[in-house]
Formats: sequence, C-alpha cells, structure tokens
Amino acid sequence: MFGTAVIVFREVLEAAILIGIVAAATRSIPGRNRWLVAGLLAGLSGAGLVAAFTDAIGSLASGIGQELFNASVLGIAVLMLAWHNIWMASHGAELAAGARAVGSAIRDGKRECSILLIVVGLAVLREGAETVLFLHGIAASEGAGASSMLSGAMAGLVLGIAVGYAVYAGLLRVPMRWFFTATGVLVLLLAAGMASQAARFLIQADLLPSLASPLWDTSTTLPESSIPGMLLHSLIGYDARPAGMQMVFYTTVLVAIAVGMKLANRSTRNS
Amino acid sequence: MKRPLINLQSKLAFLQMLLILLVPVNVLGAEGDYSLVIQDHKFQPSELMVPAGKKIKLIIENRDSTPEEFESHALNREKVIAGKSTASIFIGPLKPGRYPFIGEFNEKTAQGVIVAQ
Repeated sequence: MFGTAVIVFREVLEAAILIGIVAAATRSIPGRNRWLVAGLLAGLSGAGLVAAFTDAIGSLASGIGQELFNASVLGIAVLMLAWHNIWMASHGAELAAGARAVGSAIRDGKRECSILLIVVGLAVLREGAETVLFLHGIAASEGAGASSMLSGAMAGLVLGIAVGYAVYAGLLRVPMRWFFTATGVLVLLLAAGMASQAARFLIQADLLPSLASPLWDTSTTLPESSIPGMLLHSLIGYDARPAGMQMVFYTTVLVAIAVGMKLANRSTRNS
Repeated sequence: MKRPLINLQSKLAFLQMLLILLVPVNVLGAEGDYSLVIQDHKFQPSELMVPAGKKIKLIIENRDSTPEEFESHALNREKVIAGKSTASIFIGPLKPGRYPFIGEFNEKTAQGVIVAQ
C-alpha cells in the first residue's frame, strides 16, 4: 500500500502544484472555476485514452512516439503558460483593479480561460496517464491486493492534492501588491522547468544532442527522490543531473517569456 | 489599436524562437545496441556492461503482459513500456561507473544496474 501511495503521490504532485499556481494566478478572472473543472475532466478522460493507447503511441515514429508525445504536450503547455504570463503582464493589473471595460474584460477573460483549460488538461493528461497504467498494472498482477492498492492510491492522491491546495492557499495570502509578481515568477519557472523536461525527452529519443551529460550532479546533496527534491522539481524544474541541452531550453524559455512580459507591460503603460 | 499589434509581434517572435529550438538535430553515427528483457517483473540481465564515453541505444523488451516504467535517476531517463512490447532509449555518453535503474511499477523486484567501463 505504501509503495502505491508514494508512486501516485509523485505523479499527482506535479499536476497538483501546477493547478494550485495557475488557479491562484487566475483568481481575478470571472468564471475561472468552471474552466478549471472542465480542464480537469478533459485531462482525466484524456489520461484514460492515452493509457489505453500507450502501445500504439509508443510504436509511432519508429519507437520514439512516447517521447515525441510527451515533448509536444510539454511544449504546448510551455506556450500556453508563456501566453498567460504575457497576457497577465498587460491586462492583469487592470483586471484586478476593475478599471477595465466589462465587455472587453470578459472577451479577453474567456480566451485566457481557455488557455487555463488547456494547461490544466495537459498537466492532468500527462501525469494521469502514467498513474492509470501503474494502477492497472497492479490490479492485473495481484488480484487479491486490490483494496490495499485502492487505499494506497487514494492516500497518494489526497496528499498530492493537499500540497497543490497548500500552494494555492499560500499564494492567496500574498499581499495584492506582490501577488502578480509572485504568480508571474512561479508560472515563469514552471514553464522553464517544463521546457527542460521536453528537452530531456528529445534527448532520450536521440533527436537532440545532450551537449553535456550531466552538466552537474547534485544527486547526493539534494536527490530528486527526496521530498524537497520532488517539490523543487515540480516548482522550478529542479534536476539533479541535467543535460546541458536541458539548461539551454530552460534559460531560453525563461528569458523569452521574461522579455515578452517586459514588452507587454511597457506597451500597456505607453498607450 | 497599437497595443494588440505589439503584443502579437512579441508573441510571434517568441513562437519563432521555440520553433527553431524544436527542429531536430540529426546525430551522426550508429551506436551500439544493448538489450534488456523484462520478465516476471525482473530485468534480465540485472547487470548490463556497456562501454563508457559512447552513446548507447538500450532496447528493452517487456515480456510481461503488464506495463512497466523504466526509470533511472542516475541516467536521467524514464519511459513507459507497454505490456508485450519493445521500446528503445538512448543513453550516454556515460562516465565509467554504476548507474542503477528500476521498473517503477514493480520497484521491489524490477531492479538493475548499467555498468559503464
């Protein structure tokens, strides 16, 4: 039971933290709860489908289908998070202050919400598919341990959601003055971490060179399997043994989004 | 109507940057292939010797009917392998040393190590 709980926790954690941050970042957008739930449900059904077709996805593109799939899912999520942050940089403050004309706020808010739906859906899809496969595997191999497995999975799920909720609740306590900066920075780091993961999948598929493997090794001081390591991995994309190419992706996305935010912010102030 | 235009431009520039990064780089040269088999939730062989300093293609055949996730923090790799199927993973070039890996879905029995020398 304990082993099941740990694995489910690990899978749920990443998605839960992402949802916590994104939910906090979009708190001022009308109707965001409905979109959040829709994203969650879409992600869950997608996870079931992906799990069912693992075999087919894996054998695509002469055996690197899974890596391409994961890298694409991560890549789309990075784009969506980038869009979100740049949008927030130009509209967020006005929206929060209620200074915006209602009509355009709702129109823009809707586009922003559909991005929210996609980001949440993709996170749940990726992490959920592995969980479904794992649980299905145990259920098939040890028929007797089904109830122990179920309670383990529930424990892992509840723990993961609790961490995600803690992130959300913690962010809501941040004073309004710093709130958009705080969520902006977190989303930025999330996106950079995802880009680094996407790079790892492309290296694994031999579509990209690793450049240096590993670039550094901090696995003895801060192993990725430890709780702080896991949290940092989900929050800022920490990797104990990253390849050089992962760092290139990480930095590029970080800088590109930050520049985009700066430009968006400036153009809002100038007009 | 100046604002949306500038926004769009910065977004497009960003998209372009990402696209350039996503163009695959073809890596030259054929690498050695090394095989692992998963059976009854165990890896065979449980210790695999590979040359250090070279990129290696690891071919993993899962003979079980349940899926397995090959995972190695040491190698920085993870891949789900469906039941009754074969998957390949590129690793290395590795420094000489021992690189443990597990089957995450059956961690108790599915353990092994890659030895680079």
